[in-house]
Amino acid sequence: MVKPLIITKDLVKTYIMGDIHVHALRGIDIQINEGEFIAIMGASGSGKTTFMNLLGCLDKPTSGSYSLDGIDVHSIKESDLARIRNEKIGYVFQSFYLLSRTTAYENVELPLLYRTKLNHEERKAKTLLALRTVAIEDRAHHYPNQLSGGQQQRVAIARAIVNSPVFLLADEPTGNLDTRTGVEVMAVMQALHNQGKTIVLVTHENDIAAYADRLITFRDGRIIADQKNTNPRNAAEDLKKLPIIEDED
Amino acid sequence: MSLFSIIRIAIKSLTRNTTRTFLTMLGIIIGVAAVITMLAIGQGAKKIVDEQINSMGTNVIIVTVNFAASSGSARGDAGSGSLLEVADVEAIRNSVDGILYASPVYTTGGQIKFEGQNWRAGIMGVDVDYFNIRDMQIESGEPFYRSDVVSGNKVCVIGQTVAANLFSNTDPVGKTIRIRNIPFKVNGVLKAKGQNAMGSDQDDVILAPYTTTYARLLGNHWRSMMILVSAESKERIALAQQDILDLLQSRHRGTTSEHFVVRTQTDIAQAADTVSNTLTILLASIAGISLLVGGIGIMNIMLVSVTERIKEIGIRMAVGAGKRDVLLQFIIEAVMISFIGGIIGIFLGWGAAKTVGHYMKWSVAVTPWSVMLSVSFSWIIGVFFGWYPAKKASTLNLIDALRYE
Ligand SMILES: Nc1ncnc2c1ncn2[C@@H]1O[C@H](COP(=O)(O)OP(=O)(O)OP(=O)(O)O)[C@@H](O)[C@H]1O
Ligand SMILES: [Mg+2]
Repeated sequence: MVKPLIITKDLVKTYIMGDIHVHALRGIDIQINEGEFIAIMGASGSGKTTFMNLLGCLDKPTSGSYSLDGIDVHSIKESDLARIRNEKIGYVFQSFYLLSRTTAYENVELPLLYRTKLNHEERKAKTLLALRTVAIEDRAHHYPNQLSGGQQQRVAIARAIVNSPVFLLADEPTGNLDTRTGVEVMAVMQALHNQGKTIVLVTHENDIAAYADRLITFRDGRIIADQKNTNPRNAAEDLKKLPIIEDED
Repeated sequence: MSLFSIIRIAIKSLTRNTTRTFLTMLGIIIGVAAVITMLAIGQGAKKIVDEQINSMGTNVIIVTVNFAASSGSARGDAGSGSLLEVADVEAIRNSVDGILYASPVYTTGGQIKFEGQNWRAGIMGVDVDYFNIRDMQIESGEPFYRSDVVSGNKVCVIGQTVAANLFSNTDPVGKTIRIRNIPFKVNGVLKAKGQNAMGSDQDDVILAPYTTTYARLLGNHWRSMMILVSAESKERIALAQQDILDLLQSRHRGTTSEHFVVRTQTDIAQAADTVSNTLTILLASIAGISLLVGGIGIMNIMLVSVTERIKEIGIRMAVGAGKRDVLLQFIIEAVMISFIGGIIGIFLGWGAAKTVGHYMKWSVAVTPWSVMLSVSFSWIIGVFFGWYPAKKASTLNLIDALRYE
C-alpha cells in the first residue's frame, strides 16, 4: 500500500530580475510516495535546485500547489514553514553548509535547539544517534575545518536526520567529493533508505543516480522523463570493490 | 528555542571576538560609569548643601530690609538701613504667635588683636536668643547673658577659627582681646560649625551683645540690622512668616510688604535644592550622551556582525530557526553587551565617585536609585540599538542568505 508523501500540482517558479523573467520551473506535477529513493537529473540550469528548494520549504512557488504529508504548504504562514523545515525535512547541501567554529556535535544538535520541548538528555541521545548512524561519532568534537569533505558531508547528513524528518532532500551531495567518498555517502543514503526514509537527491552523475529506485529528468523547468529503476546498485558492495585511494583517518 | 540556548549562543559569538566585544562594551562602560559618577557628585553636593542649611539653626526665619524697594518713597528718615529697629524685635517676640526666640543681628567686621597676634573677622552684635536660634554651643567658658546685653558690657564669644588664629597655645577664656582697639573680654569659645551654604566659614566669627556692638563698633552711617527669629515648629513657620510681615508693615508707616524680606529656612532649602537638582540633571544628561554614543557603537558592531554572519543566519533558518529566533538571538547579543557593560560601569562609576569624593572631601552618594536608573537604561539601550540590526537579520531571504559569500 503506497502512501503519497508529496504531491505537487502545476508548480511554477519565475524569478523576476528587472525586465527579465527567468522561468526556472514551468509547471511540475509529481507524486512522491513514502519510502521512495528518487534521483533527479538534468542539465545545468534546468531547475533542479529550484525544485528542491520548493520541496524543502526554503522558498515559495510563484504559483501552483504543494502538499507535504497532508499539509498544504503554500498556504501556511512563515513561522509554521520554519517548523516544517525543522521537523519534517532534512536538507543536505552540495557545499555542506556547516557552521564553522562550531563542532560536529553542535552542528548536528542545531535543529534540536529550535525545539524547546526537548531537554538536554533527549537532545544528547538524538544527536549521538544521528552521529552514529553516519559513523562519524569519533569526530564529534572536531570542527568542520578539521574534517575531510566526506566527513563534513556525513556530519551534514547527521544534522539532516537528527530530528527524524519524514524525508531527506540532498542537492548534489556528492558534487564536491571524489568518487570513493561519493559512494561512501551514497552507502549512508541507501542505509537510511533501507530504514524507511524517503529520499530525493539531485545528481549529475549516472553512477550516483544508479543507486536510486526512481529517476526523474528535468529539462527547461519541466519533467521530461520519470522512470523506475527496478535494479538499483548497492553502494555498500561497490565500496568493497573500490580501491582505497586515500585513508581519511 | 529556549532562552538558555539563545544566551549560550550569544556568549559563544561574543567570546569569539573578545577584543571587539570589549571595545563595544567600553562605550557602555564609560557611559554608565559617567552617569553614576555624575549622579553621585550631584547627590553629594545636595547632601552638603542640605547639611549646611540645617546648620543655620532650627525653624529659622530671617527678616531683612528690601533695599531696592525702600530706596523709593517710603524710606525712613534715618536711611533705609535703619528701617528695622530693636523695638521690632521685641514686638515680634511678644506679639507673633508661635515664636520661640528673636534676636537683632548687626553685622560688622574689623581688626582683632591679642598680644602680638592680628586677625580680621566678622563681628555680630546679637541678643542672647541668637545662641538658641542658631544652635550655637559653647565649647569652653560661657556665653554672655541678658545682663551683659542690658548693660552693654564689653564681652564676647569667639569662633574656633578666631581662637585658633589669635591664641596659639593659651586658653582664650577670660583673656581680653582688642576689637578695633576696644578691649573685649572673651567669655567663651563656640563649638565648630563648618561652612555655611554660601561656602563661608561660620567659625570665623565673634559674637558680642548687640547693645555693645551698636554703641562701640558701628559707625553712624551704616546701621543695617537683620532680625533672626526661631519658630516653635516647622508647621508654624509659614504662618509666622506672614504674621511678621503684617506686623512690620503696621509698625512702619507707609511701608508695604515690598519693603521687607521675610525668608524662611524652608525657602532657602527649596531654592538650594532646585539649584542642586538642576546641576545633577545637567551633569547626568551630559554623561547620558556618552551612554547614547555607546549605544550607537553597539548598533554599528551588531550591523557588522549581521553582515558577517549572513550565511550562518541562512543555515540556522534552513534547519528550522524562525524569524523570531533570529531576532531574539541578535537582540540578546546586543543586550548582553550593554548589560554586562552596564554592570562593569556601575562598579567603575562607584569607584570613580569614591575617588572624587575622597580628593574633594565630599560625601558622594551612590544611591540605589541611580544604580537602578543606569541598569535599566543600559538594558533599554541594548534593546533599542540592537533592534534594527536584529530586525535586519531576521528578515533576510533564506535562499539569498545561504548563497551569500
Ligand atoms: N535566485 C535566483 N535569481 C534569479 N534566477 C535564478 C535564481 N536561482 C536560479 N535562477 C535561475 O533559474 C534557473 C534554474 O536554476 P537552478 O539553480 O534551479 O538550476 P539547476 O538545475 O540546479 O542547475 P545546476 O545543475 O547548475 O545546479 C537558472 O536559469 C538560473 O539562472
Ligand atoms: Mg543546482
